[in-house]
Amino acid sequence: MSKLTFDGIAYNRTAEESVLDCLTRHGVVVPNSCRSGICQSCMLRAVSDDPPAAAQKGLKETQKEQRYFLACSCIPSGDFEATSELPQLTRTSAQVRAVEKISPAIARVRLDYSRPFDYRPGQFLNLYRPDGLIRTYSIASVPQFEDFIELHVQRTEQGRMSRWVHEELKSGDLVHISAPLGECYYRPGNTEQPILMVGTGSGLAPLYGVLRDALRAKHSAPIWLYHGSRTRDGLYLIDELRSLAREYENFRYFPCLSRESGYEAFLAARANDAALTEHKNLKGWRVFIAGHADMVGATKKRVFLAGASLGDIHSDAFLLARN
Amino acid sequence: MAKTLYEQLGGEAAVNAAVDIFYRKMLSDDRVSRFFEGVDMDRQASKQKAFLTMVFGGPNNYSGKDMYEGHKHLLKMGLNDSHVDAVIENLGNTLKELGVGNDLIGQVAAIANSVRDDVLGRGH
Repeated sequence: MSKLTFDGIAYNRTAEESVLDCLTRHGVVVPNSCRSGICQSCMLRAVSDDPPAAAQKGLKETQKEQRYFLACSCIPSGDFEATSELPQLTRTSAQVRAVEKISPAIARVRLDYSRPFDYRPGQFLNLYRPDGLIRTYSIASVPQFEDFIELHVQRTEQGRMSRWVHEELKSGDLVHISAPLGECYYRPGNTEQPILMVGTGSGLAPLYGVLRDALRAKHSAPIWLYHGSRTRDGLYLIDELRSLAREYENFRYFPCLSRESGYEAFLAARANDAALTEHKNLKGWRVFIAGHADMVGATKKRVFLAGASLGDIHSDAFLLARN
Repeated sequence: MAKTLYEQLGGEAAVNAAVDIFYRKMLSDDRVSRFFEGVDMDRQASKQKAFLTMVFGGPNNYSGKDMYEGHKHLLKMGLNDSHVDAVIENLGNTLKELGVGNDLIGQVAAIANSVRDDVLGRGH
């Protein structure tokens, strides 16, 4: 008999019993379907120990790194602790270091945060306003370069959080943030694999984090970034990105405008159209897509049909909250 | 002992190799692509993987009822025999691309065909 701790409660587990069988025997309901390690509906997360390799078969590398596993194929060798708790439920406080308007539409928020807080550039977190309003933002900072967390908040007309951030939030204010979430981040290795990045609006935030993380990891293959906005107001970090493009010869940056023309410095096209016109065969590529959910969904399908493997497509879809 | 169909095809590695090719064929096929409009691609890919594992003769616990439940919303969209035929055709072409011989392709097609009635809701 060994001990299986699940969501803080200990259960007896026989040596050959899977985590799913053990919990089911004790009357704990865990969603499941195929019970063969295929359908992934019984996915849980290990608290501190790495799950057995057999329990992570078929999961994405990013999920493996975050210790997700399949309860039906998990037979730990001894005591084991797992949780069904989603990391977005944990909260930690953070203090606003600065809020700056870096374009008419975008506020850059920098937060001082307490450690440990292990995040990957490009992941997202929930931002909690003191009255309980919650919105999700992607992380643009890189922990090896910056000692703050950077978020880009795009102002939307009806956006309660975004208007508050743009108009009221100021240096010194206290907010709460969730643990970092999501798998839209750069994984070291395969540095000879070309990378395509497509983002719209503040979808640049995760891409800016991923890009600088990849360059930091000496990614040697070409990295193409297409950042799109309807109008000039939504493009930002142009100077920073141009300067990175000068510094790294494998990095190419294309700002795109879909509703305004007449600018020589910008492509007059949607970012995803411009990217897919230039890159018709994406077999073997790694792709990052971030921004409006409809754009992300459509682009994901197009890059997949252009040859990118699903496991190589990382995306971050922004949904407008319903007020 | 004789190798099972799943082993002859190459097991899980074969499923992994086939899933991208198969899913891409389905999405590009005008006969069936509309059934995939608006679905989450990652979730769909893991379903395709479960399906391929089953038709490759691999480990699974899917029942006829699961097959029916999983497709009944598509019956309202007009899912019929011609679409099942398209799936089996795409499956065969996927395996051909992976260098699988006609005999094994025939066995896979037979398994896929065996769930046709469940998928189309006959008898449910």
